[in-house]
Amino acid sequence: MVKIEFLGPIGKESIELDVKNLKDVAKELNKDENISIWLEKSAVALNDMIVNSLDIELKDGDKISILPPVCGG
Amino acid sequence: MEIRFQFYLLFAVDDMVEIYKGPLDVKDIISRWLDECDGRNWGAFIPFIGIVRQEDGIEALSFDIYEPILLKWFQEWQDKAQKKGAIVKMAHSLGDVPIFTSSYIAAVMSPKRRVALELIDEFVEDFKANAPIWKYDVIDGKRIYAQTRSTAMDGAGLMSKKD
Repeated sequence: MVKIEFLGPIGKESIELDVKNLKDVAKELNKDENISIWLEKSAVALNDMIVNSLDIELKDGDKISILPPVCGG
Repeated sequence: MEIRFQFYLLFAVDDMVEIYKGPLDVKDIISRWLDECDGRNWGAFIPFIGIVRQEDGIEALSFDIYEPILLKWFQEWQDKAQKKGAIVKMAHSLGDVPIFTSSYIAAVMSPKRRVALELIDEFVEDFKANAPIWKYDVIDGKRIYAQTRSTAMDGAGLMSKKD
């Protein structure tokens, strides 16, 4: 299982998914309209590192974070 | 009317990143950072102090922070600064920050003026675009995500690509 956390204003509780790679995560998350509207403008982190490809295999216990648009300061 | 705040430091990392619950105690933070410059032969200390403005009927701004990625983002900047002989520092608020108080301080210390001026500009701009911090307006006690002022981070949209 991998854990998906939705940061900041997305306002959704973390979920766990039984998936093999990041592509599967994207597929699953796009099924939920309340999440998919955030995905087009959100960055993705795997174990707290921002990733730039979905061709990444996952292992049990991995943490994926969805980071919506930011505004510090 | 005198407004007083209690200042709460939540955590600090290597004396470089400081996160506070609520507004920043600007004079205390700047004074401590200046003390650190003593005897270190820095030629320039350039702070940027962000203050919450009264506009659009807000009573405060409010912030969420994702600390693990903030610290990594910051460390990359520290490494970049170090290559130029400089150091960067920052303090930021978590939670509500009333108007007229400060939510963000960044600073660069460097042997040379030019390096510090350029670094503070790049650092503050990249902070706005890529530090994992989310801003909300507080109006009538309600938190409203500052969506139109927010910027999608580098690499955003990765999961919206359907194949």
